[in-house]
Amino acid sequence: MAKVVVEGVKKYFGNVKALDGIDISIEEGLFVVLLGPSGCGKTTLMRCISGLEKVTDGKIFFDDEDVSNVPPKDRNVAMVFQSYAVWPHMKVRENIAYPLKLKRVPKEEIEERVKWVSDLLHITELLDRFPSQLSGGQRQRVAVARAIVHRPKVLLMDEPLSNLDALLRVKMRSELKKLHEQVRVTTLYVTHDQTEAMTMGDKIAIMNAGKIIQFGTPEEIYKKPKTIFVAGFVGSPQMNFLTMKVVSYDNEFFAENFGLKIPLKADPKMGSIIMGIRPEHIYLEKSSNSLPIMSTVYFAEKLMSETVLHLSIAADKNIVAKIPYDLSVQEGQKIQIHIDLNWIHLFNPSTEERIEL
Amino acid sequence: MKKFFYVLTFVAVSLWLLGPLFFIFLASLTPSSDFYSMNKIFPSRLTLEHIYKLLVNLGGWRAMLVSIQVALVAIAVSFALGIPAGYALTRYIFRGKNMIKLVMLFTRSVPLVVIAVSLVTMYLRLNLADTMFGVALAHGAMVLPFVVLITSSIFSGVFVEYEEAGMIFGLSRFGAFLRITMPLALPGLAASAIFAFIMSWNEVFASSVLAITNRTLPAHILGTAMASPDYFKFAAGTIMAVPALIFIFLIRKYLISMWGISLK
Amino acid sequence: MRRESVTPMLLILPAMAYLIVFIGYPIVGTFQLAFSGSKGWLENFIYVFSSKDFQNAFFNTLILGATVIPIQFILAIIFALLINKKWKGYKVLLYIIATPLALSDVTAALISYSIFAPNGYLNKILLNLNWIERPLYFFGYMFKSREFLVVALTEIWRATPLVFVILLAGLQSINAEYLEAADVFGFSAWKKFIKITLPLLKPSIVSALLVRTLFAFQIFGVVWLLAGRDITVLAGETYYWYVFRNNRNIASTYALIIAILTFIVGWFYIGTIRSKHLEEGVRT
Repeated sequence: MAKVVVEGVKKYFGNVKALDGIDISIEEGLFVVLLGPSGCGKTTLMRCISGLEKVTDGKIFFDDEDVSNVPPKDRNVAMVFQSYAVWPHMKVRENIAYPLKLKRVPKEEIEERVKWVSDLLHITELLDRFPSQLSGGQRQRVAVARAIVHRPKVLLMDEPLSNLDALLRVKMRSELKKLHEQVRVTTLYVTHDQTEAMTMGDKIAIMNAGKIIQFGTPEEIYKKPKTIFVAGFVGSPQMNFLTMKVVSYDNEFFAENFGLKIPLKADPKMGSIIMGIRPEHIYLEKSSNSLPIMSTVYFAEKLMSETVLHLSIAADKNIVAKIPYDLSVQEGQKIQIHIDLNWIHLFNPSTEERIEL
Repeated sequence: MKKFFYVLTFVAVSLWLLGPLFFIFLASLTPSSDFYSMNKIFPSRLTLEHIYKLLVNLGGWRAMLVSIQVALVAIAVSFALGIPAGYALTRYIFRGKNMIKLVMLFTRSVPLVVIAVSLVTMYLRLNLADTMFGVALAHGAMVLPFVVLITSSIFSGVFVEYEEAGMIFGLSRFGAFLRITMPLALPGLAASAIFAFIMSWNEVFASSVLAITNRTLPAHILGTAMASPDYFKFAAGTIMAVPALIFIFLIRKYLISMWGISLK
Repeated sequence: MRRESVTPMLLILPAMAYLIVFIGYPIVGTFQLAFSGSKGWLENFIYVFSSKDFQNAFFNTLILGATVIPIQFILAIIFALLINKKWKGYKVLLYIIATPLALSDVTAALISYSIFAPNGYLNKILLNLNWIERPLYFFGYMFKSREFLVVALTEIWRATPLVFVILLAGLQSINAEYLEAADVFGFSAWKKFIKITLPLLKPSIVSALLVRTLFAFQIFGVVWLLAGRDITVLAGETYYWYVFRNNRNIASTYALIIAILTFIVGWFYIGTIRSKHLEEGVRT
């Protein structure tokens, strides 16, 4: 186990900038998720940490050792690949034991460790099979077993669940998390699936265009998204964004539009401001600190556990609200909705950064 | 009705393609008296006499050995040089890659007819003229572009993640290639080696021009067949055909893709 | 894929060096031999172009190609469509059709001789059926047109599978949904073939055509064994001038003419390949 520090890492592929100055420090034993849209550089960052890609600039430290120029085999990392990469010409047992053999671990210990890991991942009865005889989920377990059996300093997982069907994915999500609690190895997990990120990560690093935009706990990311990108990327359905005009009456400041007038605590010193509100924070009934707004129901998606409403609040503005399943509304119906002021987010329209007001 | 049509075409096409092979096998096993008697289509007995004589008395056996040596050396040379190049073409992105692919495509379409005579001049200086080795090196050049293109396609069929997993779990890049990629590519490589063997085994022009005494089997046949009695011609055809047929049967699964690459 | 420049170059260098020594350099040598003579650098070409043998060889090579290639294409398309139907047993037939691919031109010529020789099986069968009274002669200077026929038949037998393989690969890469869509819109089988299969097969047809044309200029073994110099062809003349006349210059001149013809065809060929690669690039 090790603490991983990435300092000013840049990676270019020819003229293409894949990583544009990454700084991140991951404490020992933490489960950190790299989350971002495809092409944001999250896999490249992981590959740089593994050593499969050399950094163009910057440094990577495991504990206090600079590993930037160490080949992957000497970094003592382990990786679970998206395609699992369980070697098809070796039986499961050999797949798991081979890395240990390469490290010249004594034979008895190899056997012991293989037994330990196969018990842990419930693959004991698969040990003498070839990968081609395994299902996707079983192959996944083998890949994980191979990764943790040699007690890596850092465990890397590159979208390990994306090739599983939906049911299995949910099951493996909790199992991987449980496994991490048992072995406590520093883990870096790449995904584009926000549910995976929110449920599994001790901390999440949100990436876009080769940069880390925000690094924090799931709660921080949900409650205080640093930019419009983060606010829009995390949460489903997506957060609503409304452009508001800033007005002042008697030295009091308000964000005003669509019939809403939201009080601001201080002068934002800008003409307009972007207000974000998540669909789950729009209600059909008044709450202690909410403002009403009139809307027309455009379309209702009934998901049975809840209903997602698409509401028109102006000629060219629709917003989305999530309401309990037992409240029934008709399409075309005019209804009053209530925006919870405790949950609004404000952003600077030019820098797109969060403003605390 | 439809089924009948399929059966009919099946039989007709098979007869057209396999019938001639049957005839030459039959002819090579027919005693000469039966062959020259016009009213005997099927011989009264089968004999290995012609094949035996061709191999033992007429230099066939020696030519066959030369053929095998030539093919093996050509395979060794072309694979030793072609595998690294094929690997580089699939696993790396670099400038000039398309250029190199075009060079391979171009050199593959240069017929040995064009270079054989000029090669003799070069071989005279290198003391390679009329040697097994000289023919083998020329065949190596004929097979090499094919080997580069086909190994590149074989390696691209081995997921790069297998190799990367090897590198993560304790192998160097070369070690990962040797321990992970090579074993996985082996069936395809073996099939292409057989294919290269057939290419060399069948090549006649360069072998005839580059060597006079150390001729490969087809070159030997080409040089002597016209002057031999008919039954030796048939024996020669059979000797040429049988190994090639056995080999192509072994790699039948890969046939279409391999020809696809060698012709594309 | 890794981006680097030194390692891949080092890996490719030996192969490139080998090809330069054993293909590039000899091509230069062929030029040298062809363009050197005691009476000026064009001497060999003047001699070759004015000789009756060359004109015959050139004409024969072309006419053989022009006879054989269209027939091969028609047969190959029929076979490919048949195999592509994937009926029971199609795999066996596929291997049967592919069999001649294993055989060299020399072998094919000998096989063909076993059938068409004076004592060959064709004569034997026809005589036994009492369809003819004396054996038919297919070989010899007297029967040039019959020799031509046998050579053409042999080439058709030997190389149709080659065209077949390319076309089949092309057919198999056609997305079945295009044809199913045509079914939905009620196309007839013929219309489906003309309007959908054939246009989509065009790249394969072009590439097979060019490959066949390339090989046509190199035709040698079959002709040499079956007809000797009764039917002269370009590659046969190269062989003749080198082996029997011991004249490397004239032999190289013929070789160079083949090379130039190959190069012209190959140029078109690489052009089509290039566009095909681009399409593949878009897909991946």
